[in-house]
Amino acid sequence: MSEWESVIGLEIHAQLATTSKIFSGASTAFGAEPNTQACAVDLGLPGVLPVLNRGVVEMAIRFGVAIDADIDHRSIFARKNYFYPDLPKGYQISQYEHPIVGRGHVSITLDDGATMEIGVTRAHLEEDAGKSVHDRFAEQSGIDLNRAGTPLLEIVSEPDMRSAKQAVAYARKIHSLVRYLEICDGNMQEGSFRCDANVSIRRRGESELGTRTELKNINSFRFLERAINHEIERQIDLLEDGGAVVQETRLYDADRDETRSMRSKEEANDYRYFPDPDLLPVAITDDDIERVRASLPELPEQKKTRFVDTLGLSADNAEVLTANRDTALYFEAALEAQPELAAPIANWVLGDLAGALNKAGIEIGDSPISPARLAGLVARIADDTISGKIAKEVFEAIWQGEGDADAIIEARGLKQITDSGAIEALIDAVIADNPEQVEQFRAGKEKVLGFFVGQVMKQSQGKANPGQVNALLRDKLKA
Amino acid sequence: MARGVGDILQGLESGEFSSVEITQDYLERIERLNPSLNCFISVTGEIALEQARAADAARAAGEAGPLCGVPLAHKDLFCTDGVRTSCGSRMLDNFIAPYDATVIAQCKRDGAVMLGKTNMDEFAMGSSNENSYYGPVANPWDPARVPGGSSGGSAAAVAAGLTPAATGTDTGGSIRQPAALCGVTGIKPTYGRVSRYGMVAFASSLDQGGPLAHSAADCARLLQTMAGFDQRDSTSADTALPDFSAGLDGGLAGRRIGLPKEYFAEGLDARLGDVIQQAIDELQQMGAELVEISLANIDLSIPVYYVIAMAEASSNLSRYDGVRFGHRCDDPADLEDLYKRSRWEGFGAEVKRRIMIGTYALSAGYYDAYYLKAQQLRRLIKQDFQQAFTRVDYILAPVTPETAFEIGAKANDPVSMYLQDIYTISLNLAGLPGISLPAGFVDGLPVGMQLIGNYFDESGLLAAAHAYQQVTDWHLREPGS
Repeated sequence: MSEWESVIGLEIHAQLATTSKIFSGASTAFGAEPNTQACAVDLGLPGVLPVLNRGVVEMAIRFGVAIDADIDHRSIFARKNYFYPDLPKGYQISQYEHPIVGRGHVSITLDDGATMEIGVTRAHLEEDAGKSVHDRFAEQSGIDLNRAGTPLLEIVSEPDMRSAKQAVAYARKIHSLVRYLEICDGNMQEGSFRCDANVSIRRRGESELGTRTELKNINSFRFLERAINHEIERQIDLLEDGGAVVQETRLYDADRDETRSMRSKEEANDYRYFPDPDLLPVAITDDDIERVRASLPELPEQKKTRFVDTLGLSADNAEVLTANRDTALYFEAALEAQPELAAPIANWVLGDLAGALNKAGIEIGDSPISPARLAGLVARIADDTISGKIAKEVFEAIWQGEGDADAIIEARGLKQITDSGAIEALIDAVIADNPEQVEQFRAGKEKVLGFFVGQVMKQSQGKANPGQVNALLRDKLKA
Repeated sequence: MARGVGDILQGLESGEFSSVEITQDYLERIERLNPSLNCFISVTGEIALEQARAADAARAAGEAGPLCGVPLAHKDLFCTDGVRTSCGSRMLDNFIAPYDATVIAQCKRDGAVMLGKTNMDEFAMGSSNENSYYGPVANPWDPARVPGGSSGGSAAAVAAGLTPAATGTDTGGSIRQPAALCGVTGIKPTYGRVSRYGMVAFASSLDQGGPLAHSAADCARLLQTMAGFDQRDSTSADTALPDFSAGLDGGLAGRRIGLPKEYFAEGLDARLGDVIQQAIDELQQMGAELVEISLANIDLSIPVYYVIAMAEASSNLSRYDGVRFGHRCDDPADLEDLYKRSRWEGFGAEVKRRIMIGTYALSAGYYDAYYLKAQQLRRLIKQDFQQAFTRVDYILAPVTPETAFEIGAKANDPVSMYLQDIYTISLNLAGLPGISLPAGFVDGLPVGMQLIGNYFDESGLLAAAHAYQQVTDWHLREPGS
């Protein structure tokens, strides 16, 4: 065990899934031509004023309720002042004192199955900035303000995490939660869900925090883990070489798998926060909070408990099924088609389907096999129409778009042979062809039974019911 | 020549003249007199005549709005679609807004004709109109003197008869003080009464638009058009809009007028004090009851105002960075050079001074001592007024400590300039409405009197001012007559 302990906190920016911006009516859709989704308010033209999109308040409260957070009755927008070309007004409307969501917590499950509580310090609403475009004009930078004014919920954790793995588990948890709550699409590639990590190290047993660095520009969970581990190693090397960690912002470069300094604290801005006089304080009543609480969907923890208690799933399966909202939705849609088959459906979703999706790099929401078709396949196994082995062939065919399980079984003639007469005929033929092995079995060599089963299955092209084959073989061989 | 909005409406209704004719009269007068007075930054003759023709047609069709065919001038910080909005600044010398301010849109809706955009202190920062990139404005009563500010161009244009009425804005006295120094009537409504959308911001929590005209009755007409809830301004008040003209005849009998003892102590020029005293006597004869009151924290108004106004301004003016619109320096070496030189060249001295002070007041380590403290004291000032209004209907005060001073007299003394606003800025801090109306003269220069009303009681204020103007003729005096 290293003598160093790392201390990690995350700042997550979740883009709220509104159709219009936080303070203007312009669209938030991703990928439009530059500056086609920026109105006078987003451009910060003289005289324009922000008007709060009430939808974002509702979404923030949903998040607050879901993490059991304190929600103030009065929430205040503040201006964060700094100059940057992609920041049209010279200030960002954010929150400083009285953020909409106060102290809350989530629990994460570690690799060993243990759970751990992570504190959420606060979550506040703010507007996103635009983007600088450096590759469009020779020797000049362009500014695209389509993203300016897009609503963000910045979720700040306590420095409760002690490893990159824990940080990733926490980030995944928040990611799952905002997707369950339907307040963020969670798309990390498009920047809808961004993680900044504050990392410091200290000698084990010390209570004071070391100097931290902030890692930015991380757009996947895999990179989050790598960037943090990288930074921990860099800091350890620094300190062990007698150096010191400088408080700074570092950018993660995924191509080179390294972090590099972006700006140090000495260059840091004094943001001169003050309450935005263009916006009134947001009043939130207990009724508002209760109304939101009543409208919340079933959250992962609740779902997990229900899967175990009423569907009889294993705790492990329930955990994995509910960690991702789309996986849970897929499972539940399949279950709707075959309500009695929870356990085998769960196994197929987490086994063959997850494997195939992973291999193909496809998200479960885009699965080529619909929940109903997967359920149909599982049903044919359950009613002994096909064996588990044949099912894999059928699965592959459904994946290739050949139709549903019944159609494929029919077309390929894969229906399991359960007619005892037909199976007996096969057995008789195999026994007749292999007198030597019959002798061996009758002499007490039980193992030879396997050989006979294999032969019969082969003769049936895998379609004979293996249980029946087994039983009938025993009877015949002993006769 | 018809002089007020009411006279013009009467002439238009009776067919005595058309909107095109009266508009041409004003444009000719502007052409003749503006070169020496410098009231206008932009004169929009073609637009005015086009709007006048449309107004005449609308009237002929029986579709005349409340201000149909009435020429108006707009302070050059109300954004006007397609017409430059300079804010009196080099920074916005090239800025043409792609939209109308709500006030402008409502003036159009009601049929008003736009003569042009009036001169002002740069970004409304000043009390003399000397801080304009487009040069100072001459006071029509004495061209060597200032018209007051920051709505100096609007006040002087009304006084000189270059427009029957004008829009203005008031952050610390910018409607009332120039109205007083130019002998016209101007009202700063309750904060939230007039939408700030499209009004270039100086200090967001204090800025309020309002009219300047020859009489309270004309102010009532203009305010009716300018005011009203606007969902594009979150601080706009969603309260019922009374019929201001219908409320004008409320009179003063039995109304209680508070006289804050702090306002009549030191600092007020004795000759102005005499003029105000005569006005008080007049009001008493009209049946008003006078009550001495105290506004104990009023002396804090100036420091509180200058911390809050400048802090907000420092942030509001950050958007002028040379990146998207407005002045951009030539050949910037890099981003920082672009910011620094564009802002250095684009802003005048007073604007830079206020940005510096405001930035300082919001800085880490100073915020609590300045901005936060100022906000706390602001509440005390507001409470003093609220307390007073439990006892009185109006509060009477001077508008300015002295009459119009000579151009250049205070140019090197910003603090003395800031003290010009001593009687006006407390209302902005409290968000209360106030009206400035002519009350007499000292050495041939107009003296104004200020009536302060309770929240959203513009009707009461206009009625009181109207009653006074029914028995006096100070508001009818014209410069050079």
